[in-house]
Amino acid sequence: MAIRTEPFILNMGPQHPSTHGVFRMRVTLDGEVVLDVEPVVGYLHRGIEKLAEGRTYTQNIPFTDRLDYLASMTNNLAYVLAVEKLAGIEVPERAEHLRIIMAEMMRIASHLMAVGFFLNDLGAMMTPVLYMWREREKLLDLFEMVCGQRLTYNYMRVGGVSHDIPEEFLPALKRFVAEMPGLIDEYDQFLAQNEIVLARSKGVGVLPEDLAINIAASGPVLRASGVQWDIRRGDPYSIYDRFDFDIPVGSAGDCYDRYWVRVQEMRQSVRILEQAIPQLPQGEVCAKVPQLLRPPVGEVYGRIEAPKGELGFYLVSDNSIAPYRFRIRPPTLINLTALRDMVIGWKVADLIITFGSIDVCLGEIDR
Amino acid sequence: MTLLEQFQLWLGSIWPEWAAYITPAIIGIVVVLGFVLTTVIIFIYLERRLLGRFQIRTGPNRLGPEGIFQPIATALKVLLKEDIVPAKADKVVHWIAPIVVFAPILLIFAVVPFGKGAIFTDLNVGIVYVVAISSLSTVGIYMAGWASSNKYALIAALRAVAQMVSYELPVILSILGVVLMVGSLSMNQIVESQSIPFILLQPLGFVIFFLGTVAEMNRCPFDLLEADSEIVAGYHTEYSGMKFALFYLGEYGHAVAYSGIIATLFLGGWQGPLLPPIIWFLIKIVAVFCFIVWMRATLPRLRVDQLMAFAWKCLLPLAVINLFIIAAEVLWLPESMPWIMVVLNFAFAGVLILLWSKLFTLGGGRVEV
Repeated sequence: MAIRTEPFILNMGPQHPSTHGVFRMRVTLDGEVVLDVEPVVGYLHRGIEKLAEGRTYTQNIPFTDRLDYLASMTNNLAYVLAVEKLAGIEVPERAEHLRIIMAEMMRIASHLMAVGFFLNDLGAMMTPVLYMWREREKLLDLFEMVCGQRLTYNYMRVGGVSHDIPEEFLPALKRFVAEMPGLIDEYDQFLAQNEIVLARSKGVGVLPEDLAINIAASGPVLRASGVQWDIRRGDPYSIYDRFDFDIPVGSAGDCYDRYWVRVQEMRQSVRILEQAIPQLPQGEVCAKVPQLLRPPVGEVYGRIEAPKGELGFYLVSDNSIAPYRFRIRPPTLINLTALRDMVIGWKVADLIITFGSIDVCLGEIDR
Repeated sequence: MTLLEQFQLWLGSIWPEWAAYITPAIIGIVVVLGFVLTTVIIFIYLERRLLGRFQIRTGPNRLGPEGIFQPIATALKVLLKEDIVPAKADKVVHWIAPIVVFAPILLIFAVVPFGKGAIFTDLNVGIVYVVAISSLSTVGIYMAGWASSNKYALIAALRAVAQMVSYELPVILSILGVVLMVGSLSMNQIVESQSIPFILLQPLGFVIFFLGTVAEMNRCPFDLLEADSEIVAGYHTEYSGMKFALFYLGEYGHAVAYSGIIATLFLGGWQGPLLPPIIWFLIKIVAVFCFIVWMRATLPRLRVDQLMAFAWKCLLPLAVINLFIIAAEVLWLPESMPWIMVVLNFAFAGVLILLWSKLFTLGGGRVEV
């Protein structure tokens, strides 16, 4: 006699240990097997896009800090690049270099968190997270030196950056750059050679190449699926065309590849930092920009390669002091659209690690 | 004759018979309870501090010197919490479940030998009793998961049953290896016959038994019942206050009990040079527990199907092979030369574990829906 069974709906989140914020998934389960996932977003909605229409271009920079709060510097950078494109502002050479240094430091910090929390989702009891935190802490100390903040930096300005770096910054950064490759090797050796990590993450949550392109995935999620696309190379902004770095590309598109791509990207970011520090020229850190910026009428889409993918700002100007339209293209919301296709048929535990391997930040998804 | 029985005889000569029977029993209960509770408190402190060290932080160090009163504060906090029962819970079962989980753990200590003669009852089927009693906790966990009317708890309860049933088999088969060598089921006899600890004589059996017991006490990497990143807190999601404290006690009590049994079966129990037996026994318990904490701080968790595959495809065949090897050796090898057996068994263990790690993969997992 067969026992009659029926699938049940599990409401995972918004309060759940591994939803990385206030994310909610309505999961249909058959025992442990995931039959359907319906993401529910909006618990952190603050209406930033609308709020920004009532503030000046400079006043909007702090809003961008609150998008992906684990990568505030790159959010700042994406926004100010879009505004500069709109208003046609030239940025001094020193500011360009400082921006690149900050962006790559931010990428390392963000990937450290992504890798650490991915391991936490695998069940590794906070240990990898705390080691990653130790390294991230050094970066946060560096950020604190330049702008006084540790999470929401508000450092980039239209036309440059807000402050020049203090003199103790460069020696500290050099120390970090010198020790970081060894530390990455050490952690990678511990994590990527662990039999349980491999068994849990290899072949799990596969995102095929064609699907990744069709949903407009970007960042490590896209590159893990085997697409060599990095905006720093494909559509260079700032001065990235002067630096020599590789674009790590995965092959299988599974959770392990997404982890692997992030680790390799940290190595490449260290490489960029190594090149950028000796090149750093002297000079102004901010161009002369009017206090109340009135860009000419027009629209612009500026995009950068943020740690989590393509972060774009679409701005429309009506020649007033505030943007007429302020639209954000968040990378993780768009990467997240593939979640359902990646986890159907896998177990609950795989749903959690696949979600973790996309590396979402709810501040950015809900805006 | 155990110390308790000698005490009983002596009491019987001066007191009436019924008093001579009840008094040692009460003393025994108080001693066991006291031992379990103090050890649990020490273990909680030890685990927190050790985890802190493994995770490059200090761990609790505020309350008392080096934070030694932290577990007491935790216990007080938990006891003073409001006891919440979900509206749709099966109230009676919800109330009984923590007791059903905790009581068998106390019962295990009845046959754990703490020293020469320091055992409450030297049952002639001691180890069978341990196996029988320790699997009773599963019933309590299932009751808790079912009665909470919470889906996370239900998933954990179903996982618990599957996990316990699967890991019981390799554990029992590896115990059989020990029993074959000793020729007795009594815990005291098992300790006394270990002139060489069985971890040396049966390395493969030890590995299987250790992994199986780690799975049975829901410790990392087999902690699927309380997988906090997946199912929040597992079967005790809906518990608070004293009932939660009982689960917490049960978890650590389990760790103490199983550390004791591992020490008894494979590490030579209370035997050891110089120090008194009880100290040796405690040292061994703490060492086993520290190893488990180390695993918890280091390893990620297995997935549920991998957990099952590990038990049925890896541990169970190895346990059967181990049993056959031990049986053959007991039958044919001369008893006077145990060191041959040590060498042989280490070779067998190495070859078999290597072979299985090559043949066996923890893959699969996707189901067509």
